[in-house]
Amino acid sequence: MEITDKKVSLAKMPDGHEGAGFFATKLDDAVGLARKNSIWPLPFATSCCGIEFMATMGAHYDLARYGSERLSFSPRQADLLMVMGTISKKMAPIVRQVYEQMAEPKWVLSMGACASSGGIFDTYSVLQGIDRIIPVDVYIPGCPPRPEQVIDGVLKIHELVQNESSRRRYSEDYKSLMESYGFESGK
Amino acid sequence: MENELNKKVLEQLIKVFSDDIKSAEESYGMLSVTVSKNKIYAIIKFLKENTETNFNFLTDLTGIHYPDSKEDLGVIYHLHNFYKNHRIRLKIFFSTQDSYVDSIVDLYSGANWMERETFDFFGIHFKGHPNLTRILNMEDMLIHPLRKEFPLEDQSRKDKNDAMFGR
Repeated sequence: MEITDKKVSLAKMPDGHEGAGFFATKLDDAVGLARKNSIWPLPFATSCCGIEFMATMGAHYDLARYGSERLSFSPRQADLLMVMGTISKKMAPIVRQVYEQMAEPKWVLSMGACASSGGIFDTYSVLQGIDRIIPVDVYIPGCPPRPEQVIDGVLKIHELVQNESSRRRYSEDYKSLMESYGFESGK
Repeated sequence: MENELNKKVLEQLIKVFSDDIKSAEESYGMLSVTVSKNKIYAIIKFLKENTETNFNFLTDLTGIHYPDSKEDLGVIYHLHNFYKNHRIRLKIFFSTQDSYVDSIVDLYSGANWMERETFDFFGIHFKGHPNLTRILNMEDMLIHPLRKEFPLEDQSRKDKNDAMFGR
């Protein structure tokens, strides 16, 4: 039987030189390609955004298509911290500790109005955005955002992962960013 | 008083603590008594241990703040008699400068966390409490947020100005 549906797409090959039996490309591109297609997210879900995330991981929206099949509930094996929901001031040190325990390279996605800015909870007990305690790579707006937006946010993370230097953590920018948040920067 | 039980309890209270009962009312069938702050421990002990009243359970204990009145802070106790399914509400009022109240933790263990919460949110100090520290808010918080003089909104935000938010 002839296969008529040709929508199956493979990961795009990075630029490089190809010949009989070899393919040469930049190490950064190859590493970026591998990393971006195997992001393990750590879901830090505290409220309704977490429910939307569950839909995103479910069969209908299926985040697993993008190589995020395996959620990591241990920060040690996670690449992407997804903070979803209201973070109270009392929860803030826990978010920070989870972030600190993640191994480099690591990225942070802030989902929804509460995680990004405190949202409707402009009050003494709620942290006014997680970027006050940890650096954030991608923000998803919405209250709560739809699963399509979550997928869009994850794809934005993919772009960062693909295009960043694989040695980002050694750059001066990154080190000073970490130090501005009070984290020890690696050597 | 329409309710016979309420009437009996109030009579008992007046008999023993006549000078310390400031006012009493019955709303929606529940007896509500305002008493003087210094006697609150004795009154609750009496209501618990007297075999006729026998309020064996502390349903709730919380604070209240009326910034415009002279005795602006208050504590409200809800007691429950399981045997007769009878409830009573006790109120005390005092000024912010004099916010020290006797703890009732040795009468009801359940008062422990409730008194900590009341201290946390209203700054009411409970004398004799075994561990009067904040329970829900951050330990380094400087304010008692449910007192009306403290603003609700987070004061660290710089992006909210009156022109944008119509205040």
